[in-house]
Amino acid sequence: MRLAAALLLSLFCAAAFAQSSEVAHPDARVEQRLKDLAEELRCLVCQNQTIADSNAPLALDLRNQIRAQVAAGRSDDEIRAYMVERYGDFVLYRPAFKATTALLWVGPFALLALGIGVVVVITRRRAKRDARDADPSAPSREEVARLLE
Amino acid sequence: MKALKYIIPLAVFVALAAFLAVGLTRDPHEVPSPFIGKAAPAFKLAQLHDEKLAFTPEEMKGKVWMLNVWASWCVSCRVEHPLLVEMSRRKVVPIVGLNYKDNRDEGIAWLAKLGNPYALSAYDDEGKVGIDYGVYGVPETFVIDKAGVIRYKQIGPITPEALEGKILPLLKKLNA
Repeated sequence: MRLAAALLLSLFCAAAFAQSSEVAHPDARVEQRLKDLAEELRCLVCQNQTIADSNAPLALDLRNQIRAQVAAGRSDDEIRAYMVERYGDFVLYRPAFKATTALLWVGPFALLALGIGVVVVITRRRAKRDARDADPSAPSREEVARLLE
Repeated sequence: MKALKYIIPLAVFVALAAFLAVGLTRDPHEVPSPFIGKAAPAFKLAQLHDEKLAFTPEEMKGKVWMLNVWASWCVSCRVEHPLLVEMSRRKVVPIVGLNYKDNRDEGIAWLAKLGNPYALSAYDDEGKVGIDYGVYGVPETFVIDKAGVIRYKQIGPITPEALEGKILPLLKKLNA
């Protein structure tokens, strides 16, 4: 029974593999460049996956497209430009720094600087207040301990 | 000075809440298309109903037209289909179909069953033209002006709101 179930399951797996029509390029360097590129490109069908990760048919088509372009000797920048031309800056997981993406790149650092600034101001102010509040005529710890004995 | 202590966090909260509220109303699948204002990419494909006949967007120069990407396997294409059939019946605008990654016979059968709003459909078997048009969620619809420039892109089915609010006014303007 268990064997039958396992066989049945393996059949489904085979079917799943059969569905994709992806043929790796014989040159390992092409495959490596494809992998590096695809890991930096967003799949627009399932937006939080890269083209390398996604099983969406479009991601498969795009991998094949990139593979063909790598094999044809196009540079990484040319291939990235090809993708941006079609799907916009959104496809790049590392978008280029320009006016529309400046906030994206600088924003977190600006917020961090702002936070550090706030902390510095508050601690300074507190230190000043503590110094002011300290009463020079107040008994020291040792004196208090002696008096209590 | 004392009041600032309360006003600043309140202002920060209001700003954050406003950003989140706007974010809730937006569909992350609607990525601003880089094609708006650019020439529609050229292509040459066989027609769906007759593989001996070809279609290129060049043929539509001088006309305002719509390119609608569809497939028989596409579920949400059925949602917008009655709208397209109605538009075609009223001769609002010539609609060219781009039959995307479909099986030819199934595509033809689908149109026979649900009605054919298209002047013709180009058959994009491998989805290459789809890639050139940045298609990622079928159905998609492009409004293309007389000079062959893409003026509007609808991602996903055309809704009655998009039709009344955006597409029809734009068609009127482009045809004026």
